[in-house]
Amino acid sequence: MITVAGRSSAGPELAISVTGLTKRFGNRTVVDDFDMDVPRGTIYGFLGPNGSGKTTTIRMMCGLLTPDGGGGTCLGFDIRSQSQQIKERVGYMTQRFSLYEDLTIRENLDFIARMYGVRGRRARVDRALEELGLADRARQLAGTLSGGWKQRLSLAACMIHDPELLLLDEPTAGVDPKARRDFWEQIRRLVDGGITALVSTHYMDEAVQCDFIAYIAYGRKLIAGKAREIPRRIGLAMWRVEGENLGALAEELRACPGIDQVARFGSVLHVVGTDAAALDAVAERFARRGPQTWTRDEPGLEDAFIHLMAGAQDNFADRIAS
Amino acid sequence: MSWFSPRRFMAVLAKEFIQMRRDRVTFAMMIGVPLMQLLLFGYAINTDPKHLPTLVEMGDESPVARAVLMGMKTSDYFDFQGIVTSAAEGDRALRDGRANFVVVIPPGFQRDMVRGRRPSILLSVDASDPTAAGGPVAALGGIVDAALKSALDGPLQYAAPEPPPFDYVVHLQFNPEGRTSTYIVPGLLAVILSMTMVMITAVAIVRESERGTIETLISSPVRPIEVMVGKIMPYVLVGYIQTIVFLTAAGLLFQVPFTGSALAFFIGFNLFVITNLALGFLISTVARSQMQAMQISFFTILPTILLSGFMFPFAGMPGWAQTLGTAIPATHFLRLVRKVMLKGAMVQDTLQDMAAITVIMFVITAIAIARYRQTLD
Repeated sequence: MITVAGRSSAGPELAISVTGLTKRFGNRTVVDDFDMDVPRGTIYGFLGPNGSGKTTTIRMMCGLLTPDGGGGTCLGFDIRSQSQQIKERVGYMTQRFSLYEDLTIRENLDFIARMYGVRGRRARVDRALEELGLADRARQLAGTLSGGWKQRLSLAACMIHDPELLLLDEPTAGVDPKARRDFWEQIRRLVDGGITALVSTHYMDEAVQCDFIAYIAYGRKLIAGKAREIPRRIGLAMWRVEGENLGALAEELRACPGIDQVARFGSVLHVVGTDAAALDAVAERFARRGPQTWTRDEPGLEDAFIHLMAGAQDNFADRIAS
Repeated sequence: MSWFSPRRFMAVLAKEFIQMRRDRVTFAMMIGVPLMQLLLFGYAINTDPKHLPTLVEMGDESPVARAVLMGMKTSDYFDFQGIVTSAAEGDRALRDGRANFVVVIPPGFQRDMVRGRRPSILLSVDASDPTAAGGPVAALGGIVDAALKSALDGPLQYAAPEPPPFDYVVHLQFNPEGRTSTYIVPGLLAVILSMTMVMITAVAIVRESERGTIETLISSPVRPIEVMVGKIMPYVLVGYIQTIVFLTAAGLLFQVPFTGSALAFFIGFNLFVITNLALGFLISTVARSQMQAMQISFFTILPTILLSGFMFPFAGMPGWAQTLGTAIPATHFLRLVRKVMLKGAMVQDTLQDMAAITVIMFVITAIAIARYRQTLD
C-alpha cells in the first residue's frame, strides 16, 4: 500500500529531519534558521511562548507552507516537493478546533476518512467512535461538544488514517486538567504502539511528558535534546526556599548579585543562578538569617525554561538594538 | 497521484449538501428570496402609472373646455380630484404632493378660440419624478386632438385642427400592451441569480477559513480543484431550482411568455451561473469573514441593478456608464433572457451575448484561481 519508492534514505530512525528552516511574512522573520531531528517512536515536545513560531514551523515540516530557506525530510519525503505524500501519512491536529461544527461526530469522522481514502471506512469510523466512547452520541453535532470532547474528537479524526507521525499543535490549550492528563496518557499509548508524536505546547509543566524537547522563542531554537538532560546542560544551580514571607524575600533576592532568577511555585521559592559558588554564598547568608529554610536542589525543566526565556528576551532586544 | 480524485470530490460534495440541508435559514432564503422579489417587482413596479391626482383651475365652463377635460379623464392618466381657484393654490398643491398635475383653463377659452386667438391651456406638472410625468404628458397631445375632433363639430368645424398630410403607423412588438411586469420579470431573473449565487458561494467558501476548517482541508490530501468544484456544484443546483421556481411562477402569475429557444436559454443560463459562482469565489479570496463576503457581494449588486439595463434603459446611459455596464455579466444575460422569452430568439440570435458572458467568465475565473493559489501560502 505504502510505496517506499521516492523516499530518501535519510535514516528510517528519523521521522523528521530539517535544517536551516526559515520563514518570513513580509519583512518579519517568523522562523529563523531552524534545525530539528525527531527520532521515530518518541514524543517530541516543541515548547515556546505564544507567537514564537511553533505553528509556522510545524506547517513547514509537513509541507503546508513553503520555507523561504532551508529544507529537509518528513517521514523520508522532501518537505518542499513531496507534500502530497507527507499529508497522506501525517495526522495534523490544529491549534483551533477545525472540524465542522455543523456536521455530526460521525459525519466529521466519515468525511476525514473519505479525504484520506481509508479502506473499510465504515468499520474504521465505527471503531474510532467506539474508542472515543462516543458511539451513542455519534449523531450529535460536533459544535455542541465541550472543549475536552472536541479535542478528543480532533485527535480521533487525525488518527483515522493510521498515520505514522502525529503533529499536534497546542492540543491541550483550553482543556481542563483531567482531560489533559488523559490526553497525555493516550499519546504515550500511541507512541508505545510505534508512531511518532511532535507536540507543541506553551505549558511548561507538560514538558516532563516528553522524551525530547526543543525550545523555541522569537523564531529561534534556543536548545534541543533529551528532556531530562536539558536543565543540566544549561548549567544552573538552584536552591529551594520554604517558609514565611516569601514575597518580601523574593524582592530582596532579586536585587542580590549572583542570583539570576527568583520564581515562585506555590509555597516554594526557586532561587537560580548560573554561577553556583556565588549563588551558594548568598544562599548561606540568607539561610543563617532565617526564618525560611533553604535547601540545595536540582533545577527542573521549568527553571530551565524561565532562564531560557529571560535570555531570549535579551537576545531579541539586542537584535532589535543592533 | 492523479490531479483530480472523484472520491475526494464526492466527499466534499456530500459534506456541502449536508451543511446546506442543515442551514435551514439560508436554504429557505435561496427559494424564498426569488419568489418574494418576483411578487414584489412583478406586482408593485409600474413604469407607466395611471390615475394620477389632478386639479383643475376652471376659468371657462364652456362645452369645448369640458370636452378637453373629459378626454383627459377617459385616458385614465388623469384622476380629477377637485378644483383650485388661484395659480398660487395650484402651485401649493404641486409642492406638497396633493396633485401631480394642475390644468388651467383660461377665462373665455372657447370665445377666444372661436375668434381665432389661439388661447393656451396650461398643464402644470410635478416633473420632479420624470417617469411619473412622462407618460401622461406624452399622451396629452393625442388626447386633446381626439377630444376636440368630436367637440368641434357643425358650425365650429373650421376651428378644428388640420390632419397631417400623411398617416403614421406604430407597431408595438413583443410587449404590445406595454406591461411593466412582462418587461421586468425576465430581467429580474438575471438580478436574482447574480445576487444569490455570488453571495452564497462567497459566504460558503469564506466560512471554511473563518471557522478554521480550511486547515483540515489543506492538511489533508485534498486538492484545491476538488474543493473548488465540490463546493460550487451544489450551488449550481440551487441556481437550477431557483430558476425553475421563478419561471413557473412568472408564467402562472404574470403570464410572461417564453417564446424563444429553450436551448439558447439553457446555454446562456449555465454560462451565467458559472460566471457568478466564479465571482463569488473571487470575492471569497478577498474577504476575511463571512460578514465581509456579504458586504462585498452587496457592493456588486447595486451596479448590477442600475447599470445592467434592468431598471433603466441601457441606451440612455452615457458612454462610460455603458462601458461599465458591459463588464457586468448580468447585462448580457438580461439581454439574452429578454430576447429568448419575449422576442422568440433562437441560439444564433443570442451568440453575441453568450460570447460576452464567456469572456467575462474566463477573466473572473483566471483572477480567482490566481488569487486562490496565493492565499494557500
